[in-house]
Amino acid sequence: MSSDAVRQQGEASSAQVRSLFEVERRERLAPGHRACAGCGPMIAVRQILQASQEDPVVVNATGCVEVVTSVYPETAWLVPWAHVAFENSAAVTSGVEAAMKALVRRGELDKERPVVVFAGDGGTFDIGIQALSGALERGHRMLYVCYDNEAYMNTGIQRSGATPYGAWTTTSPYGKIWPGKRERKKDIMGIVAAHGIPYAATASISHWKDLMTKVRKALSYDGPTFLHVYAPCNRGWRFDPSLTVEVAKRAVETRFFPLYEVEGGRYRITLPVTKPRPLEDFLSIQGRFRHLLLPQYREALETLKRMVDEQWERINRMAAATAGS
Amino acid sequence: MEVQQRVEMKKVFITGDDAVAHAARQSRVDLVAAYPITPQTVIVERIADFAANGEFEGEFVAVESEHSAMSACIGGALTGARVFTATASQGLAFMHEMLYAASGLRLPMVMAVANRALNSPLNIHNDHSDIMGSRDSGWILLFAENAEEAYDRVIQGFRISEAVNLPVAVNLDGFTLTHSAEVVNMLSDEAVGAFVGRPPRRNTLLDKEPKSFGMMALPDTYQFFKEDQQRAIEGSRQAILAVEREYGELSNRKYGPIKAFRAEDADVVMIMLGSYAGTARAAVEATRSEGIRAGVVSLGWYRPFPADELLRAVEGASTLLVMDRSVSYGAIAHPLASDVMAALYRAGIRKRVVNVAYGLGGRWFTEDDARRLFRYASKPGPDFESFFYYGGESE
Repeated sequence: MSSDAVRQQGEASSAQVRSLFEVERRERLAPGHRACAGCGPMIAVRQILQASQEDPVVVNATGCVEVVTSVYPETAWLVPWAHVAFENSAAVTSGVEAAMKALVRRGELDKERPVVVFAGDGGTFDIGIQALSGALERGHRMLYVCYDNEAYMNTGIQRSGATPYGAWTTTSPYGKIWPGKRERKKDIMGIVAAHGIPYAATASISHWKDLMTKVRKALSYDGPTFLHVYAPCNRGWRFDPSLTVEVAKRAVETRFFPLYEVEGGRYRITLPVTKPRPLEDFLSIQGRFRHLLLPQYREALETLKRMVDEQWERINRMAAATAGS
Repeated sequence: MEVQQRVEMKKVFITGDDAVAHAARQSRVDLVAAYPITPQTVIVERIADFAANGEFEGEFVAVESEHSAMSACIGGALTGARVFTATASQGLAFMHEMLYAASGLRLPMVMAVANRALNSPLNIHNDHSDIMGSRDSGWILLFAENAEEAYDRVIQGFRISEAVNLPVAVNLDGFTLTHSAEVVNMLSDEAVGAFVGRPPRRNTLLDKEPKSFGMMALPDTYQFFKEDQQRAIEGSRQAILAVEREYGELSNRKYGPIKAFRAEDADVVMIMLGSYAGTARAAVEATRSEGIRAGVVSLGWYRPFPADELLRAVEGASTLLVMDRSVSYGAIAHPLASDVMAALYRAGIRKRVVNVAYGLGGRWFTEDDARRLFRYASKPGPDFESFFYYGGESE
């Protein structure tokens, strides 16, 4: 898929978003939805929809974004939108995309429309991974966006495969024996990239130009593309709603959430963090990691730091190994 | 009396699975998303063959599971395209959640179900356990007795589902119908194409005015949607009859909610779903020669349940022998018998009901078995009894 993927529109230069004036001014997500104040995922959705150069069709997995935007008889979506279930948004999208092809061939539809999927980390890393893998393998044209708030927030802060090591959730509490979550975060980018899709990238709501550039790049490919967006949840992570963007920013600046892309199999760090801030700067401004700063959890803190370093090194290694390939 | 057929037909010797695949191809389907499972596999293979040879106009998507097959069909139907899939047994059970999504979203589509038993123990042979687990999912459920009927009902299914915005499942017995070759009088591609036309494409994801589908409904509104669905499936009776009538004019093949055989003067009527109705009918003459007035009624529709037509057909009978190929564990009666008894009660009619669970996991059922059961049911007994029947012995 990756080597012979065809760019239909948008050279790398026009994908680059440099200022707000290049962004769609018309809202595609109406105000008045029911998300919490300071909701990271809703910032992600708005930024992604505004980066798109045409109105996409949106397929939404069950989750926070779905329930806060679509309580009948009101909808916050100013673009076509469908929700079916938690685990199958990639499969539903496969059907939408394939059906559009057939309708175009019959002359009943002018052209295929871009399809953007919004699914949380639960719907992507865990319950939806089979459908995602199938859709990526089959090469359906779609931009699959995983908004990652690192736990099941719609059901009230339970661990997911995206929850980082040491984080507190209601199903990975810390106590006398447990340090919080006992397992590492699943490498979803590695899994997705292993399908050989044309484009996959991480992004953070705190770095909107980088995020929007990646959305445009992704939408320019005739094939499946993936965006892993860091989208903090103030309710679940226990921080003040005014700090959402700051928390996301610190995740990037501490190398906790590296910004990179995998384009045609080539890894590239899009925001090199040469002088990282101490990880504590990220951990201390939220409640879910606060226990790691206590003496009795020092070992767990060291483990988490080691994992962050390993992740950064691995991505750098991949970038070096695939440079010029 | 033979009625002059309006279209040319081709006599072909094919299996039920092949017949279904041809029906889907001829119905100008836009999207087939399917996953293979015995005994449905051949349907998927044939459609893939058609696609590979340019004989299928739609998109064939070989998904990674039945759950995704139904999900993709839902996605396709949301665009207003015509979609088809097929499954069986565990596959249907795996789709279960999505069956409710398809009917709740009021999406037209047709699915062939090659009926097969469910785990555990593992068994690939025919019974109706799979579809009975889905009977309350809001789908229109049709049953075919032979390959030709499966072919016809798939074609009719598109027109029905598009008329009432409900999905249609066409059931055909695994192996008995899916893998046995019989003569099928196939209509021409042109005739079927003209009969099914193109889907109406109203209220779709691709409408100019953006629309939201699959929203969340709180307790203040959820029940209204469910009431609408119930009204729609009740109202589908007229649409099914009209489509069957129109198809009958085309093909000279008349269907309906029930098929009654020697029931008008029968004392004991065997009520059945699926292919064993033929076996039972074959036993009627011999049973009657023993002095037992036997008859058979087989149901072509299971949802909506054709209560009135069924009761009219068994008016004169004193005993109903209701044959279930699935079990409702711990219930008073198995699925079909529960429906029959509810119909009797609603009409204020009391008859002796003998509910027989038979043919599970492909357990054979012969004409001798039918005779034995007719004989048993013709003797006086309690108003209601229920038992498992094993059979397969010859007299």
